[in-house]
Order: sequence, then C-alpha cells, then structure tokens
Amino acid sequence: MSRPSDSQINSDLLKPLLHTSWRFYLLVAFFGAIVLFGVGTWFYQAYHGYGVTGINWPVFWGFYITSFVFWIGISHAGTLISAILRLVQAEWRRPVTRCAEVITVFALMIGALFPIMHLGRPWLFFWLAPYPSERLLWPNFRSPLVWDFFAINTYLTGSVLFLLLPMIPDFAVVRDKATGLRKKIYTLLALGWRGTPKQWHRLETAMSIMAVVILPVAVSVHTIVSFDFSMAPVPMWQSTIFGPYFVAGAIFSGIAGLIIAMAFLRKFLHLETYLQPVHFENLGKLLLVMAVLWGYFVFNERLVTYYGNEPAEMAVFWRTQRESFAPLYWTMVVCNFVVPLILMGIKYTRRTIAGCVVASLCVVAGMWLERFLIIVPSLGHKYLPYAYGIYRPRMIEVIIAGATFAAMTLLYVLFAKGVPIISMWELKTPEHEPGAGHAPDTQASLGEVRP
Amino acid sequence: MKAVYALYADGYAAQQAVNRLRAAGLKDPDITVLSGRPMEEFEFGNVDKATWMWWIACGGALIGMAVAYGLAWISENSWPMNVGGLPIFAWWPNLIIMFELTMLGAIVATVITLVVTAGFGRGKGKLYDPEVSDGKILVGVENPPAASVSQFQQALSVSPDAQIKTV
Repeated sequence: MSRPSDSQINSDLLKPLLHTSWRFYLLVAFFGAIVLFGVGTWFYQAYHGYGVTGINWPVFWGFYITSFVFWIGISHAGTLISAILRLVQAEWRRPVTRCAEVITVFALMIGALFPIMHLGRPWLFFWLAPYPSERLLWPNFRSPLVWDFFAINTYLTGSVLFLLLPMIPDFAVVRDKATGLRKKIYTLLALGWRGTPKQWHRLETAMSIMAVVILPVAVSVHTIVSFDFSMAPVPMWQSTIFGPYFVAGAIFSGIAGLIIAMAFLRKFLHLETYLQPVHFENLGKLLLVMAVLWGYFVFNERLVTYYGNEPAEMAVFWRTQRESFAPLYWTMVVCNFVVPLILMGIKYTRRTIAGCVVASLCVVAGMWLERFLIIVPSLGHKYLPYAYGIYRPRMIEVIIAGATFAAMTLLYVLFAKGVPIISMWELKTPEHEPGAGHAPDTQASLGEVRP
Repeated sequence: MKAVYALYADGYAAQQAVNRLRAAGLKDPDITVLSGRPMEEFEFGNVDKATWMWWIACGGALIGMAVAYGLAWISENSWPMNVGGLPIFAWWPNLIIMFELTMLGAIVATVITLVVTAGFGRGKGKLYDPEVSDGKILVGVENPPAASVSQFQQALSVSPDAQIKTV
C-alpha cells in the first residue's frame, strides 16, 4: 500500500477530533455510568467501613492489591514497549507508540488508586507521602511501600512527559485546522510550535534521552512491586525470581492490553490504513515470546519450591496445583501459556487480528488470575495454623475492580476524542533508507553554493 | 513583523532555496525554515543540531541523586526507626530511592532544557504559515531590509510551483 500524503494523514487522524458521532456519546454514557456506579460503591465502602468487603484477617490483600499489581503490569504496555521500539529504531512502531503510551499513563493512574481504595480512611492517603510531620510520622524508607511511592511517581511523571512531548507538533496541526474555542485551546497546548529544524532536533534528542531513562525506571517499577511480596515472610513469596518474573509478566499483559486497545481503535475510528494486520502480527510475535518466557518463569518458581519441599510452601503449592485454587490455576496456565502459544505460534492465526485479540483477551484474564493466585492462597495459609483463613470477595470489591476496566476504556475514548491517537508527524516522516533525500542534484547544488 | 517567504512541496526545492539565500549573503540564523516533520535527510534540516542536552540530563541525574541521598540521610537520622535489625541509614534499601530520584532528575532536566532551548511559548509574532501542517516546507527571511526583498524573492523562486508570499 502506498504511503498516504501528509494532508491525507491530517484528514484521517483529525476526523475523530473535529467531528463527533453518536457512537462517541453512547460509549461515554455507557462507560461513564459504570464508572459512576463504581465511585458510588467506593463511597459506600468508605462510609460503612471496610467490613462491607470480603477482606478480613489473615487475607488483608484481596481484589484491590490484585488489581493494583494487574494495572501496574498493564502500564508496561506503553512507555516500555514504545521506548524499546524507539531505541532499536523499529520503523513499524510509529502507528503503535502513542496508543501504547496512553495505556501506560491511564493504567498507572488507575493502579495508583488501589492502595488508596485499600485504605480504611482514604482521606488520609497523604500519610503515604514522605513528608516530616508533627505527629513524628515519617514513612519508613526501608519499606517496599515507600519504594512504590517513589517508583510509581517517577514512572508516572516520566510516562506523562514521554507521552506529552511528541504530542506538541500534533497539537500544532490541530491548531492550524481547528476554529473557534478549539483553536484557542490547541494554540495553548501547541506551546508556540513552528517546526524549525532546531525544535525538531531538540524534541528528538529529548525523546531519545527519555527513552533511555524510562527503560530502567519501567523495569524498576515492577521489580519494586514484586518486592511488596518477596520482602515478606510469607510462603511462596520470598523468592529471588520475583523481580524478573513480575517484569516479564507485566510486559506480557501490557502487550496484550495494547493489542486489544489497537483493535478497538481500528474498529471504532476506522484506522484500517494505519493500524494494519502487520502491526498486530509483530505484536503477536512479541506476545508469543513473552508467553514462552512466562512459562519458563512459572516452571522455575514451581520446580524450586517443589524441590525445597518446605512444609508451609508445599501446602500453598498443593492448594494451587490440585486443591481449592486448582481450577483458577489451570485456567491461568491455559490462558497465559496454551492459548497464546497455539494462536500466536501458528502463522495463520497470528496474521489475523481476531486471533491476536482472542489470545490477548486470554492473557489479560490469565494475568489477573496470576496476581490473584500469588496473593490470596499464600496469605490464607501462612506458617502457623492460627494464621489460616479464606477469602471470599463480596460484590463491593468486584464492582470496584470491574469499574476500573470501564474507567480505562472511558479515559481512552476521551483521550482519542481530544488528541490524535496516532502520532501524525512520525507517520509523515519517511522510513530511513540509506541515502534517502540526498539526490544527486541536491548534492550538486550544495557543492556549488556552499563556501 | 515583515517577512518574505516561499512554500515548497518537497525538500529538494527547499534545499535549493536555502542555498540561494546563503548565496545572497544571508547566514543560517537569518534564514527561517519550517516543516511539518523532521527533515534530517536534507542539509538544511541539520542546522542547529549541536546540543548539550545529554550532559544537562546527566547533571540533572546527579542533582536528583544528591537530593535523594540528602532526603534519606536527613530524614532517617532525624526520625530514627529501628526496623528488623537494619542500620538506621541502610544503604541497600536507600539505593532504590536514590535510583528513582536520579532518573527523575534526568527526566526533569531534559524537559526543562527542551522547553528553554526549543523556544516553547516564544513563537508568537514569528513567521508561520498553516500550510506547513499540510506538508509544505517554508523557507523565508524575517524582517528583511526593504532594499533586499526583491533579491530574496528571486532567490526563493527556485521552482514553478513555489508559492512566494510577503507579509
């Protein structure tokens, strides 16, 4: 397919911004209603107290922390993948990067809400922040929860800026095309962008630096989230493998989330010209690699525990392998390993968008289950019998956790309404070819006139 | 502001126009070039490339690390907590805080440098044409001496489809 012209790219990608269809209002109303219901449920929990949830001693971490880890994992879809593809100069990344970076920002925002929802008194959330106070309350710098605070905020700040910077030239395009109030808003957002060579160089240099910096930050974030578990003396948690295991799982679920989001955008915004099957296929290959890597980590974790044969660990091991949690465990294995391995391993299904989306939906469900199975069986069966217990989630946490999926979709829909969801200037930039642009006549003319 | 400029459909014509303006005696800072995408495959797209941004980012990282060290050291010694037999100021856990704030320092320094050096927020009243957004490349001269306007117009007319404008 021939490359669309610059004005064609403008026309196609600005259409959702400049024209609003009834489907936009329908989507906003539908997902907005679910989000409002979720917010109302959270207020109900805050008003009546934490007792309305199924969370109780000894399983203090249930759906909320499962969802926290899940959303922080999904956030690895964007900035990390985008930064890797940018650094290796993968040209096919261009239509994908912004879709991915947006997921990071919104998933981090949603994920960061869960520790606050998990508080009995959410209005005291600022006690988590490291500031000196007259109560002599100073967060313990040796606690992984304080590391979370620094890591998530650094990653969120970096991801927001990594998303915003390349949007400035596109805001300038909207500024030039819009009228009325919209023009005024985008004039402010464009920050006086003109497109001088100096501005382009500075922007590209800044993006390169950000890509280099954000990669280790992204890895550190999920490693630190894994420290929330591996630093605690709980069966099957104290494991040196948890850091890379969590990072691999995060990238895995992130890619799956990205594929689903791209398919959604392609369908609703008619972006077939830009989000082509080859983009899904390339992401499908990454999904396949991560499925194999995930299987490798799970095998490692299980085998080492099995050989260690420590009684408390083996109790949790068997609970997940063949007792009460076995149905969830094997569903997880099928969703995270078997289905993506088959669907993404076979070229025919990998080359279809439907195949990629089905595999991704399974992975998202499987990764949520994985986090649940790391948290709940271990907390319900610690080292001493007095600390045994069961967790049965109630509707409160099911609704709140479910509403965050609607919140993610709603935020995505609103973002796609206000900002070109594909980076227009990156699409307009021709792919690098040796000697591109240096036509003989240009070189000759340079030779004639340059001193 | 007064300006004389031309819009070109391709980079080759824009490069020729830049070369002709140079031949007419203008220096690179006096020539305005605007485009809707990076034009690094052309010589005119590579002016002003040198930047200290990487070094400034490293400087920001060092400041971030120093701040993290200070924050951890002062707070842990001012409000000592005995936790799990660890020292009051424990290096291993503090390295995590120091790493995160080091990276945050680099990010913030990069963005501040970008905003300052790329002239964000200072574009008002400068030469611009919305057709740049549609892929046209603008080459022009801002505030040209009145006596040289016709000379510059001639220099800019490198191809028949060039749109030469004066504002």
